[in-house]
Amino acid sequence: MNRSRRLTDLIVTIWMRGGLYLLLSIPALIAIGLYWKAAPLLANHSFAELILSAKWFPMKGEFGFMPFIYSSAYVTVLSFFLSAPLCLFAAVYLTQFGKKRLLNVMLPVIDILAGIPSVVYGVWGVLVIVPAVSDYVAPFFGTSSSGYSLLAGGVVLAVMCIPYMLNMLIEVFHTIPVGMKEASLSLGATHWEMVKHVIFKKGFPGIISAFGLGIAKAFGETIAVLMVVGNTLDISVSPFSPGYPLPALIANNYGEMMSIPDYDSALMFAALLLFVIILVINLFFRYFIHKTEQS
Amino acid sequence: MRKWKTIEEQIFKVISFLAAYSVIAILLFLLFVVFNKGIGALSWDTILKLPKGGYYFGGEGGILNAIIGSFYLSVGATVLAVFIGLPAALFINVQLIRMKRVQNTIRYLLDALWGIPSIVYGAFGFAVMLFFGLNASLLAGIITVALLITPILVRAFDEVLKTIPVELQEASFSLGSTRTETALKVLFKQGFAGFITALLLAFGRGIGDAASVLFTGGYTDNIPISLDEPVATLPLAIFFQLSSPIEEVRQRAYAAAVVLTIFILVISVSARLLSKRYSRNIIK
Repeated sequence: MNRSRRLTDLIVTIWMRGGLYLLLSIPALIAIGLYWKAAPLLANHSFAELILSAKWFPMKGEFGFMPFIYSSAYVTVLSFFLSAPLCLFAAVYLTQFGKKRLLNVMLPVIDILAGIPSVVYGVWGVLVIVPAVSDYVAPFFGTSSSGYSLLAGGVVLAVMCIPYMLNMLIEVFHTIPVGMKEASLSLGATHWEMVKHVIFKKGFPGIISAFGLGIAKAFGETIAVLMVVGNTLDISVSPFSPGYPLPALIANNYGEMMSIPDYDSALMFAALLLFVIILVINLFFRYFIHKTEQS
Repeated sequence: MRKWKTIEEQIFKVISFLAAYSVIAILLFLLFVVFNKGIGALSWDTILKLPKGGYYFGGEGGILNAIIGSFYLSVGATVLAVFIGLPAALFINVQLIRMKRVQNTIRYLLDALWGIPSIVYGAFGFAVMLFFGLNASLLAGIITVALLITPILVRAFDEVLKTIPVELQEASFSLGSTRTETALKVLFKQGFAGFITALLLAFGRGIGDAASVLFTGGYTDNIPISLDEPVATLPLAIFFQLSSPIEEVRQRAYAAAVVLTIFILVISVSARLLSKRYSRNIIK
């Protein structure tokens, strides 16, 4: 074999290896980078204090992340309860009950909608959900609200998660062998009984994973939530009051963080917190999916 | 007993029917609202002019800075992502073809990486910027967005590469080609349709992302002419203008949202058409 071909092979292999290693080291790099910036804050405050305290006074050097974690959890849980049942039944209809043609039309549409940027969902939220909450929903429940609320954040997140979750659920339902469904139907089960006992049971790990990944996506979503959630520091049970989720905190304060000591550290700590939580959720649920794909 | 069974069947059929069609209705409603509100505000001035003096108080001008800026940023990020991602994807499918466990672990990690929110990439990009003493600039934005979209590009391309039969590689090796030649001349060619799809998917994701460029790209009313200048992007243009109290400025946010949505739709549709077109020459 001539030398130049060997040399090309060598160089390109090094390039390929380099690319792959760089890619695989991204999570570690992110963790190190964020930790490096968050370290000054962690040196002055204990981890438990940061997580559990509700006192957020950056000027006085008090950084309690509880209100932000609470808001994040609130909108995420809300969006989950709004979108998960809808997606589950929609996926059942599209794959089991509906015509094949409908699914063929819907798949590309869902794909395209999953690609719509979150800022566009945010615009929609400001135009539709925020006024709806302040003009109709809140008065209906006998309270008043500016509309910029946890509820609006939850609804916008739910809509954003729909294409994402639906796509995964449809894929899960497609992996269930047709023979199994036919066996159930031939024993006299109705279609719904087949769905209940075969599809839901057999697809259980996949369904749980789709839900889990949907939650992770909602938890980390920034711009769309930031636009409708009100961004006010408040721990309140009412969905009509404004909230301030973690990603919104980071995005909102990047401009002024240099002037207050430890403030930039605190924001980096928030990013680190988000990163770790979401990475763990992702690793956990992806593990399910990979196990089912391999078997 | 028998009766309840059929009633239950009917109830759940109706529920799932309603669920499916309300999902479709919600998503169509979303597109309708965005277009309905934005089309009226859209004009040639908005697309073709830079912001003029007093623009943010309702004065003359347009969002050309953000359109061009977004375009520069995403093209740069996509090029960088291809530079890192293309060889990585080929490496997984050529050099590691006999190591199923390693392959699966890598895919698992990349999938998990796909789920990391863009604000985290943004914060990380900011930390990197500080480390190297960079300012918010086109370069910092490109690097951050490239980190965000590379896992997407690699996994999307890899999904296609992994369907290529091993025999094809074996045939190539048996003719005496090196692994590099096999990767570039056989695998890359076979997976070209998938590559185009992955490329456009990554590009679309890059052009639409706001949270990652918030810290790293900055914002400007001009079109950047070098890598160390700040850059405006469409999602941020929408975001900033929408929070303005002045109605004219908000109108431009709606218009910008339509422009961005049209970009994304064009990218998605052309990804589909191109991948169909290029998959004609594939050996099956």
